[in-house]
Amino acid sequence: MTGTIAVTSEGPELTSMVDPRFGRAAGFVVVDLASGKSSYVDNGGAQALAQGAGIQAAENVARAGAGVVLSGFVGPKAFAALSAAGIQVVQNVENMTVGQAIEKYRQGAFSVADAPNSKGGGRR
Amino acid sequence: MICAVASGKGGTGKTTVTASLAAVWERPLCVADLDVEEPNLHLFLNPELGAEAPAFMEIPVLDPTRCTLCGLCAEFCQFKALSVMGKTLLVFPEMCHGCGGCLRLCPEGALSPGGRELGCIIPGRAGDTGFLMGRLRVGEAMSPPLLRAVKARLPRDCAGARDILLDAPPGVSCPAVNAVMDADVVLLVTEPTPFGLHDLRLAVEAFRPMGAALGVVINRAGVGDAGVADFCRDENLPVWAEIPFSRAAAEAYARGQVLADALPELRGRFTALMEHVLTAAAKRAAGTGEARHA
Amino acid sequence: MREIVIISGKGGTGKTSVTAALAHLASQDGGAMLCDLDVDAPDLHLLLDPDRAETHDFRSGFEAVIDQDACTACGLCAELCRFGAVKTADGAYHVDPLRCEGCRVCVQFCPAGAVDFREKLCGRWHASSTRFGPLVHALLFPGEENSGRLVALLKKEARERAAARGLGLMLCDGAPGIGCPVIASLSGASQAVIVTEPTPSGRHDLLRVAELCRHFGIATGVVVNKFDLSLENSVEIERCCRERDLTLLGLLPHDEVVVRAMLARKSVTELPASPFSEALRGVWQRLLNLPGPMAARLSPININSKT
Repeated sequence: MTGTIAVTSEGPELTSMVDPRFGRAAGFVVVDLASGKSSYVDNGGAQALAQGAGIQAAENVARAGAGVVLSGFVGPKAFAALSAAGIQVVQNVENMTVGQAIEKYRQGAFSVADAPNSKGGGRR
Repeated sequence: MICAVASGKGGTGKTTVTASLAAVWERPLCVADLDVEEPNLHLFLNPELGAEAPAFMEIPVLDPTRCTLCGLCAEFCQFKALSVMGKTLLVFPEMCHGCGGCLRLCPEGALSPGGRELGCIIPGRAGDTGFLMGRLRVGEAMSPPLLRAVKARLPRDCAGARDILLDAPPGVSCPAVNAVMDADVVLLVTEPTPFGLHDLRLAVEAFRPMGAALGVVINRAGVGDAGVADFCRDENLPVWAEIPFSRAAAEAYARGQVLADALPELRGRFTALMEHVLTAAAKRAAGTGEARHA
Repeated sequence: MREIVIISGKGGTGKTSVTAALAHLASQDGGAMLCDLDVDAPDLHLLLDPDRAETHDFRSGFEAVIDQDACTACGLCAELCRFGAVKTADGAYHVDPLRCEGCRVCVQFCPAGAVDFREKLCGRWHASSTRFGPLVHALLFPGEENSGRLVALLKKEARERAAARGLGLMLCDGAPGIGCPVIASLSGASQAVIVTEPTPSGRHDLLRVAELCRHFGIATGVVVNKFDLSLENSVEIERCCRERDLTLLGLLPHDEVVVRAMLARKSVTELPASPFSEALRGVWQRLLNLPGPMAARLSPININSKT
């Protein structure tokens, strides 16, 4: 399998738990599927925003070169931003480690979302 | 003369006081409900309402044919209303605060001004009294832009009035401060309880720096303790009215009646309150050499 | 984690008194993490007497400040500012912090680069212990924008501390109104309790905030406080609840014990039993049985039995 995948994470390790929030996630573990190498992108900049955290998080993911995102809940604006960048979104991933989530992705256990599953933050 | 009726917390009786003042006011008057999130003054004054006018704020609209995806606008925007993702500039109108910066920055002229609906403004009349209110669209997060739009209509809609009463939103954060900002006199409505005292302190801290004349109205007088009265004395805050608690008053309020009408024995207190407001406004105008008319 | 948020739409309906009582009952029933999310005008601490063991600064957003030494008084900032925040006094230009929106336009376009853009200290938050359990609470400085971020921060802190203590229940005194702070209060909540009163404003604001809860798909219960001030309006509210899939949790009588408890800095349930405290215990029991995302309909309470 090739491609780069970003998983919202509570910490920098593959053993960290998946962070169910997208916009306000602590950070993203970014994995190159071909080589298996992983790195961590801190999402503190998005967390610090009074508004627009989801959009900022989407920008962070795009800048990290990810083609797929695994997360729990993605709001409508973040979803629109990710889709505009051609990044596939897998939602409802929670209660597992980042490593477990990636393994399940490799096994084809997840489906790509065609709509956001969360109503998102404040402004609509 | 502009008088704002405010409080540090909700439920102290701002609307009750505003409605009763309007009922006894002797000069040509206009009242505006600036609590655009939860307007309720109209429930008591029962004005004849005119047509609802949608209120808009300015947001950027993109002409994608001119956009080069340079990203200057997105980098500038403090509110994430603009974002370059993939080969698109995304615009999120609901995030925009209407600062106009992106419109000015764009080197290609790809952004032009459009509108986002904030809610509506509704003019009306309650007898001889002019009336104005705003209602925030449910889901619209920011009230100050609509609140400012309502205030901007006062000179036109209240042209015949000599005085304006503003029913401010509760609390002391952005919306309340925006409402109270240009008033000559600010009434702080409180209740004689620990909650009332705590929130009165916050209100004094928030509104004192604005330089308006301040006066306190103690609503539900008699239910609690002397904390508020002691505080007012220590801070040299004049108490211009005490509205005693009574079951009859509470039930009248629950029926949607204006207190000064339902309990005529209270009229005198509201008339006295009006006198205090007008005296304070006149003193202030004489002091600053500036008179503010509706 | 079960999160119950108590909101009101309209202020002054008794939300904080009800929250304090539920916190007391929860503390006898397994315990809860407590949260005062009304950061604009918090009152819960007046009844709970927190020890403010931790204090933290809260910074959010930015404000523009004109450097007087660099300013050439060209006036462009005043011309461009959409928020009327640039004022002049004796020919000098300065930014009124109360009006500054933090949009950065003046900073960007000042030809002399004379405007600084600084992070704003907006308030303080505390983590405390109280006799009913741990509490996180905060105060926004007057005039600050209540964007909901401080509310979100408090909820995050509360969740983390609840998890660390093995508490499965979080009870929040929510923000009033229907704007961003309320939305932030409701985010992630399992159940909402709307405390209303049988007045035109109470009913009007109940409907608006109930719509917000429905928008979020949160199971919602309603408590009618001071119901006996208008039996007619209370019945009307009961009917509204049935129509809108809102569970009526209880009717609380207008009772001077509420102020008496406030003066004693106690929850009503800590004082000798009163009609109010007994009605509140009923509310707590019904609240515990309120299911998740889909609200169940209960048979209408006979208001004439005054329980």
